[in-house]
This record gives sequence, C-alpha cells and structure tokens, in this order.
Amino acid sequence: MIPPAFEYARPETVEEAVRLLGEAGEEAKVLAGGQSLLPLLRLRLAFPELVVDVGRIPGLRGVREDGGTLVIGALTTHHDVIHDPLVRRHAGLLAEATATVADPAVRHRGTLGGSLAHADPAGDLAAIVLALDGELVAAGPGGRRTVPAREFFVDYLQTSLSPDELLVEVRLPKADGWGFAYEKFHRVAQSWAIVGVAALVRREDGHIAEARVGLTNMGATPLRAAAAEAALAGADGPDAVARAARSAAEGTRPGRDASAAPDYRTHLARVLTERAVLTAAGMG
Amino acid sequence: MTHIKVNVDGTSYEDDVEPRLLLVHYLRDRLGLTGTPIGCDTSNCGACTVDLDGATVKSCSVLAVQADGSAVTTVQGLAKDGEWTGLQRAFHEQHGLQCGYCTPGMIMAARDLLRENPQPTAEEVRGALEGNLCRCTGYQNIVRAVLAAAGRQDGPADASRTAGAGGAQVTEEVGA
Repeated sequence: MIPPAFEYARPETVEEAVRLLGEAGEEAKVLAGGQSLLPLLRLRLAFPELVVDVGRIPGLRGVREDGGTLVIGALTTHHDVIHDPLVRRHAGLLAEATATVADPAVRHRGTLGGSLAHADPAGDLAAIVLALDGELVAAGPGGRRTVPAREFFVDYLQTSLSPDELLVEVRLPKADGWGFAYEKFHRVAQSWAIVGVAALVRREDGHIAEARVGLTNMGATPLRAAAAEAALAGADGPDAVARAARSAAEGTRPGRDASAAPDYRTHLARVLTERAVLTAAGMG
Repeated sequence: MTHIKVNVDGTSYEDDVEPRLLLVHYLRDRLGLTGTPIGCDTSNCGACTVDLDGATVKSCSVLAVQADGSAVTTVQGLAKDGEWTGLQRAFHEQHGLQCGYCTPGMIMAARDLLRENPQPTAEEVRGALEGNLCRCTGYQNIVRAVLAAAGRQDGPADASRTAGAGGAQVTEEVGA
C-alpha cells in the first residue's frame, strides 16, 4: 500500500533533530533505517504529520570502547553489528541474536537504535540489551541522559523516551568471559520470535556462578527471568539447570496471537531457557 | 515535494517526489524500470530487492527520498553491453526459475551474497536467500544456480583460486 502523506525533514545534527521533534510533539516519528516504520506506514497503522529522517546525522554510527563499556551508535545497522570485531569480542550475544533478525536486506537498513526505540516485545534485540545490563543514551532539549534498559521499555511499543528525545547510543558493559546463547523459536526463517530466550552465564569451578536470562515476546515488554536467574546460581549440571528453567515464565504475562496461546508461550520459555543456559554454560 | 538526485543503473535522474513515495514505486512508475516487481508489499517476499550504495535493500521498505544522492542498481543494470553476468547465465542454464516473479530479487540477493562470500556452501546460499520467497517453491534450482555461478564468477572465483594455489605452495614448502 501507499503510505499516508507526511512532511519530511532530514536534519543534519542531533540538536536540529531534537528541535524538530520538540516542535511537532506527538505528531512526529523518527525515521532511522525505516524497517519498522515503513511497514507501519504502508499498512496505515501510523499517521505522523512529520517524519524526521535522522539517517544521515554524522557520529551516530559505529562501535567504540569506553573502558569496560562498548558504545554502539544508535544508527549502526544490524549488518554492521553482526560483523563488528568489538561486538563479536565483547558482546557476542548481541552479534548472535542480531544475525537472526529478519533477513540480509532488512539487516542492511535496520538499525540497533531503531529496533530498540520501536520496542516491539517480539523484536529480538531488546531482551539482549536487557540481559547484557545495557544502558541507553537519549538526547533531548536539556542535553543527554542515560537510562538503564530495565527502565527504558515501558509498555507495548512504548519506551521512556519523550517525544522530543532521540536515542543516540547504546552502552553495553563488556561481557568478557561470559558464555552466551540466544534460542529463538519461530515458524519460518525470517519471521518474528514466538518466544526467544537470551542467556548469559558465568561459570566458576564447574558450576554456574551467575546467570542472566532475557525473554523475548513473553509480555508487553522484554523481560528478565528473575526467578530462573536466582535458581540458576550454583547449578552444577544439566539436571539443576532443567529444574531452574521451570521457573523461567514466573511473573510474565505472555500474550495470545495467531502463533501461540499464553500457556504454549510459557512452555516455550521453559524449554528454551533450559537449552539456552545449557549452551551458554557449555553443558549442552 | 522533495527534490532528489539518484543514479539508477548508471543513469542520473533528478526529480521532485512526494516524501511518501516508495523507492519501488519511483523505479517502476516514474522511471519505467519495471524489471523490479512488487510482490508482497509487506517486506517479506524480497521480489523488489535492489542494490542501494552497495548493499541489498527491499525497495518497498525504502522511501525514494532516502535514496537521494545514492546509486541504485536494479536487475536491469547488471548486464553490460547486452551480455548477462555469470550469475544471470547460471539462473538461465540451471533453470533457476519457474514463473520468474521472484527472479530479480533472487538474483540481487545472490549477487550480494557472492560479493561477501564468493564460495558459499549450499547452506549459506539458503541462509542468504531467507528473505526471498519463491511461491512456486523452485528453491532447488535457485540454490543450484547460485552455486554454479560461484564456481565461475570471474572476479571472486579467480581470487579464491589464487588463494588456493598459494596455500598449496605453502604446503609444498613445509613438506620440503
């Protein structure tokens, strides 16, 4: 379909983008790679008066180190994230999960920041950033502020960004020495996760010292499986992991759609948590 | 209206377009380049895949204004002086199509794969084509065509043969 008509602006700086967003308020949408926004516009599910194309603002692309933190520009494409040597070395989980997003052509355009700001709970990358204890940096009229991923995702397609803020950076503590895995259950190669589970595991003396589990599509926002994480501490083998994984869906409220009912999603979360943790711990 | 300059298949164009105009509609309706079809119009099928500044995109998911200042290559821009590329010949010879609707997108996606990975395995070919649907389900011959092209594409295949020869030399030296 043909998108509804809108005004178009292509600011050249973050400050100009923030000003345009502030003037238009709720009537503006940010366009980065467009791989979430354009399908919405084509289906006429969104009717912005103004589309602010931030795709050419310099300085928002690429990956750099800041001590023990990896800093990824919001406009870094999925393709570039997958192939970036720093991401592969210090946040392998993000590279692995990003490779499962959509297909190569979409990954050439789609951006990490765009995907997170879109905040679709079926999107893979939010649960990854949550599991990595990431932070998001937003630029607004008063300067920049840093938001922990735990506070960024507020509700279905809603973040804590205000209408005049632009997501500019994703900051991830380096996960050196952590094993990782992303288990995604979907119907066909390029489709959304019915459920996805991201696991990060730190081992000590043959047992799991610490585990972090992020859940995709188990509620209106990406979630951490807190009960399973607690139960995994000290797990010393596959049986202990399997027992801990039974609590993976505790506290979640998975939805119902054409792909799955809530109880099936609960089942998937448990099974995928067991698989992801075993792989991440090298016990699989 | 927004003014754009785009190079498509080696020809430069300047146009005033509505911001909401999709790149695929610009190519087809404004420039008459109907070799790029519209399939699903939902970003799923990949029939409308073109190359934008050296990387494949689904042209139904890019605004024409986003292509301002860029170079676009469609399937119609691949042949030089009426000569098909090795990849196009391979699709012909291996019968990598049934109805042909997905073929432009398949060729553009396969071309992108072979640039990054000149000697892919069958599994890698299938992975690279995950965003391109053939509703005739003619995948076997499509994969065969891409593999055949990988074996004889001039640039990439030559490069890898040279590397292979170098490797053999090293082995001989170690053996000696």
